[in-house]
Amino acid sequence: MSETTTTAATATGATGERLLEVDDVTIKFGGLTALDSVTFDIKRGEILGLIGPNGAGKTTCFNVMTGVYRATSGEVRLDGAPLGKLKKYEITKLGMARTFQNIRLFKTMTVLENVMVGADANSKVGFLNALFRTPLHRRTESAAKARARELLDLVGIRADENELASNLSYGDQRRLEIARAMATEPKLLCLDEPAAGFNPAEKQRLMELIRKVRDAGYTVLLIEHDMRLVMGVTDRIVVLEFGRKIAEGTPAEVRENPAVIAAYLGVEEDDDAAS
Amino acid sequence: MSTNTASAASTGPVRRFGAWWDSVVDRYNAQPKGAKLAWVVLFAVFFYALPLLRPPIITTDRIDFGGVLFSSAAFALVALGLNIVIGYAGLLDLGYVGFYATGAYTTGVLTAQHWHWPFFLALPLAIAVSMVTGVILGAPTLRVRGDYLAIVTLGFGEIIRLIVTNVDWLGAAGGIKNIPHPNNIGPAPTPPFDPGGLFAIPRLQWNGLIPSIDHTPLHQTHFLVFGALDATPFYWLVLTALILVLIGDRLVKASRVGRAWEATREDEDAAELMGVPTFRYKLLAFALGAAIGGLSGSLYASSQGSFISPQSFPLLLSMLFVAAVIVGGSGNRWGAIAGGVLVAYLPERFRDFADYRLLVFGIALMVLSIWRPQGIFPSTRARRAKAAAEEIEELEEGPAHV
Repeated sequence: MSETTTTAATATGATGERLLEVDDVTIKFGGLTALDSVTFDIKRGEILGLIGPNGAGKTTCFNVMTGVYRATSGEVRLDGAPLGKLKKYEITKLGMARTFQNIRLFKTMTVLENVMVGADANSKVGFLNALFRTPLHRRTESAAKARARELLDLVGIRADENELASNLSYGDQRRLEIARAMATEPKLLCLDEPAAGFNPAEKQRLMELIRKVRDAGYTVLLIEHDMRLVMGVTDRIVVLEFGRKIAEGTPAEVRENPAVIAAYLGVEEDDDAAS
Repeated sequence: MSTNTASAASTGPVRRFGAWWDSVVDRYNAQPKGAKLAWVVLFAVFFYALPLLRPPIITTDRIDFGGVLFSSAAFALVALGLNIVIGYAGLLDLGYVGFYATGAYTTGVLTAQHWHWPFFLALPLAIAVSMVTGVILGAPTLRVRGDYLAIVTLGFGEIIRLIVTNVDWLGAAGGIKNIPHPNNIGPAPTPPFDPGGLFAIPRLQWNGLIPSIDHTPLHQTHFLVFGALDATPFYWLVLTALILVLIGDRLVKASRVGRAWEATREDEDAAELMGVPTFRYKLLAFALGAAIGGLSGSLYASSQGSFISPQSFPLLLSMLFVAAVIVGGSGNRWGAIAGGVLVAYLPERFRDFADYRLLVFGIALMVLSIWRPQGIFPSTRARRAKAAAEEIEELEEGPAHV
């Protein structure tokens, strides 16, 4: 519905307006502090990369944003609305959707139906509407189907729409996950390691897809391991290490940052060089 | 598809029969809409006429055929309801008999025990009470998953049985007697000579394979008198309820509700993150299942026997209900119906072996789980998924394996 997000994204992305604010978020699992006072924000229309070595807290950060975990302290706000007490599906309705690091499609459903489940997030159709096939049901259903096909076209797997999701190739399953998440009409699309297991050619195509998604008016948060992909596609990068934010800036700035180099290459050095 | 069915046909009679049946389904699915509708109508007419046609071999000779058809249809209705819970939403409910009993007892109490409501007024209330019971049970328990839910529901079935055994207001161990039958259409019968009804329909009798019309007055079905003499009108009533539920089931399944159930069954967390209020949809499935169970129970209470007692609702019945759904093919409404019919019909047809019915049933279940684990009539989905898995296996292991 809100595919024409008011602030049309320009080539450089960000418009300066904050879409998502992660404000001083701490998460503790027993004695382990997974996230330690992490603060950053995502501006409308940009592609933000969230990187860090294994175990840095990237996925935890994702999970607290999407409501899977509750923050021990601190707050996440989407468009100014705090997400702390909302249920997962309510957060999705509010405009945040995600993909999964280990693919989690609905395997026995067809490709088209998978995407339609996402589109249903904004549906007002309930049991009675479905039972009596009201005009609302018919309208919603055909709109969802049309939207799903559009998205399958965008990610490039339209031809397989009647295939079972589990029959798709690995790469196409990742694309389907992106289409399914986009179908919920999110303001912010969170991709959790979408390039995991991809070869360089596939990564290239994925980068193009992510840019296309951004140009369609979505704001994108990207968790990724592959530095080339991250550097190539993001507008800004936040770097986590051991649950703390150690750097933030444009790809060029982050690449030069000694703390980041230390984190990735393991140079013996003090952490306080972080800006 | 055809290559997969061919590969499945290579071993065993059970598998070969399964493959044959799958091909029948595929041929039916390939037909145009009009032809499909014609088949369905023909099918329905056949089943309405079944107690009058009394075809040889399938007609039970030791026990009233109409009565057997009634209990088969009632079982099919229950299985259809339970299929929503188990097959669609993936919730293992082992206490489904509780809802069946709730529907039956609500009808008993309203029409005989404490009030004297007409049946068709009590029926909607029985459905509503069962549904509310489903919500009351589901609201706290649907937060647990998998095996835990199975245990909790198992307890629920027993609790209902123990309540009706011990509460005098519900007739305690003696049960409820003289539950009135559904209201007649046409003049009421005045025994001993006027059978009532609008008109009488004779039934067929078979001499070997040669049919003739049976003119014995006692064997005629009077339209539409619900009495102790003839079970056929009761069968028609249940069959009508079954068809209505079937249509509703189809409409709801092919909508966002059905998709939400399937997504929840496949991956509850992912579904929730894709905007499906999973708890609400699980509760809906539970409540709908309960309502259909209550409907069936209510029809059972007012049927020929017109008597219910705690012994009518043993725990074993829950197991049979679940078995019906699994045997038929969980997730497929036709499978559930077939499973329900088989579970109710076979022991009556083979009364000679009635003592061994559970043994035979257990063996049948084992045979099925080995050679056709997806059930007799699996959903098209399940078939596709299995075919794909087999194809992959074949590719991995090479053709030598087959």
